[in-house]
Amino acid sequence: MELLNDVFTAKAIFVGIVFAITLGIAAYSTYFERKIAAFMQDRIGPDRAGPFGILQPLADAVKMFMKEDFIPANSNKWLFIAGPCLSMLTALMTSAVVPFGDTVTVAGVTFDLQGIDVNIGILWVFGIVSLGVYGILIGGWASNNKYSLLGAIRAASQNISYELAMGMSIIAILMLTGSLSTKTIVETQQAGHWNILQQPLGFLIFLICSFAECNRTPFDLPECETELIGGYHTEYSSMKLGFYLFAEYINMFISGAVMATLFFGGYDYPGYAFVAGQFGTTVAAFVGMGALIGKALLFVFVFMWVRWTLPRFRYDQLMGLGWTGLIPLAMFNVVVTGFGILIGQPILAGIAGVVILIAGLFLNDAIFRKKKLA
Amino acid sequence: MKLSTKTKVIEQGEMTLAERMYLPAIVGGMATTLKHFFSKPVTIRYPEQTRYLGPIYRGQHILKRDEQGAERCTACGLCAVACPAEAISMVAEERKKGEENLYREEKYAKVYEVNMLRCIFCGLCEEACPKEAIFLRHDTMVPVFNSRDEVIYGKDKLVEKMDQRYLRDGWK
Repeated sequence: MELLNDVFTAKAIFVGIVFAITLGIAAYSTYFERKIAAFMQDRIGPDRAGPFGILQPLADAVKMFMKEDFIPANSNKWLFIAGPCLSMLTALMTSAVVPFGDTVTVAGVTFDLQGIDVNIGILWVFGIVSLGVYGILIGGWASNNKYSLLGAIRAASQNISYELAMGMSIIAILMLTGSLSTKTIVETQQAGHWNILQQPLGFLIFLICSFAECNRTPFDLPECETELIGGYHTEYSSMKLGFYLFAEYINMFISGAVMATLFFGGYDYPGYAFVAGQFGTTVAAFVGMGALIGKALLFVFVFMWVRWTLPRFRYDQLMGLGWTGLIPLAMFNVVVTGFGILIGQPILAGIAGVVILIAGLFLNDAIFRKKKLA
Repeated sequence: MKLSTKTKVIEQGEMTLAERMYLPAIVGGMATTLKHFFSKPVTIRYPEQTRYLGPIYRGQHILKRDEQGAERCTACGLCAVACPAEAISMVAEERKKGEENLYREEKYAKVYEVNMLRCIFCGLCEEACPKEAIFLRHDTMVPVFNSRDEVIYGKDKLVEKMDQRYLRDGWK
């Protein structure tokens, strides 16, 4: 019992729970991906394994494990194995700093519903997400296949390009919050003061960049079947391929959670104070954890929704959008945010920024573009 | 040379700013997919649910009996001649005395076999039949075979059962 009264143990259990939730959601994302795809295409989708097909992820896992685990003869064997492991590892590590809830007291132990509250929280997310590209790069290179390598190169250059705009959209958040700690960022957004109100443009940039970071449509160039057979995982089979695909779904969920943390108040939900007053802060914190997961799942739905709506970019369009579209836009957002802080009206500045941007673009269009001769 | 009167030349001007930003188009596309997300699926869970395929669907063959329950087939062989896939074969037999309630004509098919792997369900046997004896039923399909022994359907499977008379829609 001495051990149970330990914050360390409580944290360990919590980390285990988060781990399980993340993996479970990632597994079921594959099912919902297929279901949502089906619904959007007026189909029914997988419905054979169990009622409504809810055992489909299990069937997929069994299939993945039963398949031949093939390692190409000319591949670099150790790196070939390390690739998917690294992908999975980095995907899972990101959730360490996401604050899932406020402080709770369970069985006399008081602890935060967060893996670790480090004062560089958001930098941690960035660092780990940037490491994530190594999994793809190593896997693509180790395959000793030109298509895999091309896919890996694409992934790397895409991630690097979009990370810049992503980082700059976060700088605006940091300017508002004054802290890198994800916990502090969430705490400043409590009681409905969500960052999305002050940072609509920043959110749009972040959203687009996270599509690119997760290699999701319309930025799924690294696994473009028409050009690259399969992309960086062409040579992969069995559960190694499963790890790559699984890491993608984990990344989706985690980036949903990060977006909720940065822009949608994290574990905040309407009526938080009421629940806390009525049932105590612990219950409120656990409901908040549910709220955060709900928000993250909503973003996962948006990811899937976009996937089944938009076609893929051409590669030069992708790079053009990243470098000439999003980065200047993110810089503009930083300037507007700074101006908002200066005048003490961040919400007004956020809305005014969008209006000014659109007006400026139209004005620019009207003045400088040559009219096509009728 | 103009190949069709239906062609329409579309003048594609330069894209406006809203079009170049793509965002309005993306929102429109997302609205379309969301609309379909909530609309009724057009597919069905096939083996459990089936659709009505119409009164003239050409499914499994049936050898009809007449109103008194006597087999209508007289083993003339016209169906076998008409069959482009040569799926039908039969052996004719003379009707004995006392079998009038079993067979309508003086001659009947002792053996009547349809090879379901050969059959292309074209319905020419139906058209060729002068006695209105063979039909392709609209409500039953030939099930999947698991072995080659099941491929040839004899009279036991083809002749209409008295307790489940086959009535096509619109026959009454």
